[in-house]
Amino acid sequence: MLFELDDVSYSRGGKLVLRDVGIRLPVGASSVVGPSGSGKSTLLRLLNRLADPDSGRVVYEGTDVRQRDPLELRREVSLVPQLPALIEGTVHDNIAYGPRLAGHSFDARSCLELAGLDPDFEERDSSKLSVGEQQRVMLARALALDPRVLLLDEPTSALDQAARDAVEGTLKSLRARTSISIVVVTHDLEQAKRLAEYVVRIDAGRVVAQGTTAEMLEEPIEPEIAVAEDAT
Amino acid sequence: MIVPLAASSIHVTLGEVAAALALVAIAAIASRSWHADLEEDIGIAVVRSFIQLTAIGYVITVIFDQDSALLVIALITVMVVFGAFTARHRAQQVPNAFWPLLASLAVAAVATLGLVVALGIFPATPRYMVPVGGMVIGNSMTSAAVALNRLGEDVHDQSRKIEATLALGATSSQAVTPLVQRSLRSGMITLIDSTKTTGLIFFPGTMVGMLLAGADPTDAVRLQLILLYVLLGAVSIAALMSITIARRNFFTPAHQLREPPEP
Repeated sequence: MLFELDDVSYSRGGKLVLRDVGIRLPVGASSVVGPSGSGKSTLLRLLNRLADPDSGRVVYEGTDVRQRDPLELRREVSLVPQLPALIEGTVHDNIAYGPRLAGHSFDARSCLELAGLDPDFEERDSSKLSVGEQQRVMLARALALDPRVLLLDEPTSALDQAARDAVEGTLKSLRARTSISIVVVTHDLEQAKRLAEYVVRIDAGRVVAQGTTAEMLEEPIEPEIAVAEDAT
Repeated sequence: MIVPLAASSIHVTLGEVAAALALVAIAAIASRSWHADLEEDIGIAVVRSFIQLTAIGYVITVIFDQDSALLVIALITVMVVFGAFTARHRAQQVPNAFWPLLASLAVAAVATLGLVVALGIFPATPRYMVPVGGMVIGNSMTSAAVALNRLGEDVHDQSRKIEATLALGATSSQAVTPLVQRSLRSGMITLIDSTKTTGLIFFPGTMVGMLLAGADPTDAVRLQLILLYVLLGAVSIAALMSITIARRNFFTPAHQLREPPEP
């Protein structure tokens, strides 16, 4: 099992964001699906220790993440945030940032290619890219760390249909060409089914369903119904 | 070493101080005419400055008369603590800002006063340590407060970018490095700019005070230069040290933002 979350709760500003969450994410492509504010982005941040739960535990490949060095863990389990947040400078500067900190070698051009961008983007000014291009540079700079797992927070939410299709194609191609596992957070169940082999549905901080994509297709559960059931 | 200018002291009466209030009246009239709503603040400022300066005048008189190093240390300690409390209010977005401010003001005061004594610039007597200490702590307080205020605002505004950098394996120190550079610049730029323009656009207070007290202009200029250089050292220590300590307060030991961006 790639990740296991046992009875995880997390609050923010006195508000409970995740409540007694228990999920298993296998090696491969998984997706966490839920409406806005359901806690799915927070859940993603717990996986590479950008935050720690108030209670419960997060286990990565059999080890509690609290026992891992957070910096090494983040290089191995790399998160691409929902909104682009590039550093000032060129695309190359952005891609080089993580590997330089870690003392790793990297190939910026192949990272760009894996992220679905022309390698000639390397010398472009990062402040002059479109949102879709920035999103892909974010993906390329995460790939430059040579991670074993990619955490993707709503990777297509800011994109139009064409760009969305292109990013989905890029992720599928990445999975086909590398051994990398991915965990995608999305509000779009159809996208989750397209990208992932395992799907977790979350609403109001609680898990309402989880299973293989095939199982989810067989027994679709509406979040509203699941929440009502959960409350009883 | 600089020697006392005992012969150049002047006597100022309370009547002369009261006469200067005519200028304050102009400020109050200007505020009222333009509905700036500052009359109350002007009044409070006048009363507080009179009470505070009169009180410190008596304290300084006692300290000068006693000629006691312990009293000087006690007064400077009070100024450092009060300075840290005051600056804390201007750095409200910085968690636990008081302790970084206290440490930075204390080190700035001790380091600069110690250095000017060690270099033989001023004698270690109350007549020099008290006024120079007051200037050092006052300017250091302003510098550290501005720097921390800027750092707090930047960390808050750029939390998304900081967290994205942490996600790439950066330490908390590495994640805020660009912000530290900007904050340090903000804390020091005012004094640097005023030092650049001194003598051209304005005459600094010490020089004016010495000239009014009848000192030789060359001596007034040289003393002013010494104080400007001392202050540059002090504000850089205060700004850099307060930022260096305070930046850790935004993060947990696991390099996580204590206040992460909204999802």
